[in-house]
Amino acid sequence: MERPGYYGQFGGTFIPEILVATFDQLRAAFEGIKKDPSFWKEYQSLMSTYSCRPTPLTYSENLTRHFNGPHFYIKREDLNHTGAHKLNNVMGQGLVVQRMGKSRVIAETGAGQHGVATATMAAKFGFECTIYMGEVDMARQRPNVFWMEQLGATVVRVTDGDRILKDAINEALRDWATNMDTTHYVLGTVCGPHPYPEMVSYFQSIIGSEARDQIVRQAGRLPKRVYACVGGGSNALGIFSGFLDDTQVDSVRDPSDNHSGILRVKVSNGVELVGVEAGGEGLETRRHASRLASVHGSVGVAQGYKTYFLQDDDGQMLETHSVAAGLDYIGVSPILAAYYEQGIVRFEAATNDEVLAATRLTMKKEGIIPALESSHALACAFRETPQMSADDVILINLSGRGDKDIFTIADALGDEGWKEFITTKAEAYSA
Amino acid sequence: MLEDYIRQRTEERGILLMAHVVVGYPDLESSFDLVKAIVSAGVDLMELQIPFSEPIADGPVILKANQSALTAGIRVDDCFKFAHRVTQSFDIPFLFMTYCNIVFKHGEEQFFAQAKEAGIVGTIVPDIPPEEGTSYLAAAAAHGIDPIFILSPTTTPERLAYLAGFGRGFFYCVARKGITGAKTTFSSELDEFLGRCRRVTQLPLALGFGVSRKEDVDFLKGKVEVAVVGSQALRILNTNGVEAVEDFFRRLR
Ligand SMILES: Cc1ncc(COP(=O)(O)O)c(C=O)c1O
Repeated sequence: MERPGYYGQFGGTFIPEILVATFDQLRAAFEGIKKDPSFWKEYQSLMSTYSCRPTPLTYSENLTRHFNGPHFYIKREDLNHTGAHKLNNVMGQGLVVQRMGKSRVIAETGAGQHGVATATMAAKFGFECTIYMGEVDMARQRPNVFWMEQLGATVVRVTDGDRILKDAINEALRDWATNMDTTHYVLGTVCGPHPYPEMVSYFQSIIGSEARDQIVRQAGRLPKRVYACVGGGSNALGIFSGFLDDTQVDSVRDPSDNHSGILRVKVSNGVELVGVEAGGEGLETRRHASRLASVHGSVGVAQGYKTYFLQDDDGQMLETHSVAAGLDYIGVSPILAAYYEQGIVRFEAATNDEVLAATRLTMKKEGIIPALESSHALACAFRETPQMSADDVILINLSGRGDKDIFTIADALGDEGWKEFITTKAEAYSA
Repeated sequence: MLEDYIRQRTEERGILLMAHVVVGYPDLESSFDLVKAIVSAGVDLMELQIPFSEPIADGPVILKANQSALTAGIRVDDCFKFAHRVTQSFDIPFLFMTYCNIVFKHGEEQFFAQAKEAGIVGTIVPDIPPEEGTSYLAAAAAHGIDPIFILSPTTTPERLAYLAGFGRGFFYCVARKGITGAKTTFSSELDEFLGRCRRVTQLPLALGFGVSRKEDVDFLKGKVEVAVVGSQALRILNTNGVEAVEDFFRRLR
């Protein structure tokens, strides 16, 4: 029998003794809401009145025409309040915090989306809020720092390590080890020690259950493939969870055959689930964040859980790279690591260049500004269109909107008008 | 045996001192000189920390030392060689302190085999609770190395009793919530916590987190067998150098 908190060999609760009692309390609170039949209703009602749930499913006929099929359906998590799927998790945890009677929340953030969502939730529920953010991410996602502070949160600049998401998680854990009596740690993705992977995917499953109903209603059938980007894996598990019973895994790769071969999975009639990781500057350059799609990841234990990490053979974590701050992370959900080994999800990578091209095309063709993270899912789907027939249906999870990426996208596209605006603005400030 | 050593020595000295050194910070030769200075100051036990890139239980001072050692290129095999050298050179017990991934990636069996060969007598790995440590415990036992577990003021009495069952050598009690390197107020609350620990185990107790002055060590005398000094010594090293560390330990007891 599998131990609680384990998914195959992955997951677990590798935490310092000082936090054990706090995790016991959190686990009990989560078990409590799972058993409480009124909880999910309360959650859904909150999400439909405070955010925009159910988020729509958009048929993208221009992309469909552009590629000559398949039929593109896009799940619009960008239309959530605060602009990403992150709010689903955060509001759920907010309700848990209320039940535990705590008064302060802390969180890590990479892209800043989870930080903004947490600051928003804290404002709404009346919690004190501190957000940890790596110095590098603060520089590339400055607008989100501004909003977090306006929403009343204290944003702490993390200057240790590589100064990105993983380092922000370490700092949040250190804060928590000191302030657990009053404080809950709102972890932003399906990683970390048990019960976070289970709890966060529980809240994010709202995406998949809506999307399955919607696509059956709107397209008249199940999709051939479902694409989602994978940072920690929360938007991916969210949408995949709606289709797990629809997958058909005929042959499974040999788990001892770590990375050496091609995934030997044959999916006949079932829905194929595709997770897209950050290919950065290209897998061959090693400057990427593909734990599963590259051969550079290996099994390890860090930040409280066991999964595939990008690490050296001593177990030291490697620097990761992606144009999308939200995918720039060393580890991946233990649940996805298990699905990877079981052949339930196929993992691919999209490079920065592919991602920018996909962002551009989606803006022009559909009038949708995708987050750079989400564009990884689009880029992979675009690349694979030749493998599909014109009347296949595919589903893409658009995890968030791209407004936050204005500086990065403007730089990447070399937009002169924007550069001029910033220069003028800077001159005005320094005058 | 670690337990017997601590008992005998406590009878002679009242209270023992355990120091903490990050291997390879700022480089291996300096680490050796530091160990030498600390041993000659009369310290009774020493933790050698194998650096890790994600040390979640460590505060800023030790965290920076970990990073700087890694940036300088320290490898796990260097730490084994270093341990061998110091255990050959100095006659006090040395323990490894590190994080789960270092042991896991090395292979638990291989890790303990090499640690034994290097003369290490105990291990402190704060992110392996016994529930996750079945193979870690087996490998430690197979090589006769004591895995030291941590007791904290937040640990419930039931769990203290559970942890007591895994005790070898001694228990490492943390004086307060939080991470290494912050201030601790030594108070009667601490006495109550140590009382709870004594109720579940016969093993010697070490107390760490925030021990930084002679007054702290005096306060702990008669309450625990071992006072653990970590971040404060590192702070002194950073600002005043290795002689100052030696001097600090000489005046601590
Ligand atoms: C819009 C968006 N999509 C995706 C992610 C990646 O996270 P996850 O893999 O948990 O969905 C982030 C993380 O910040 C994000 O902001």
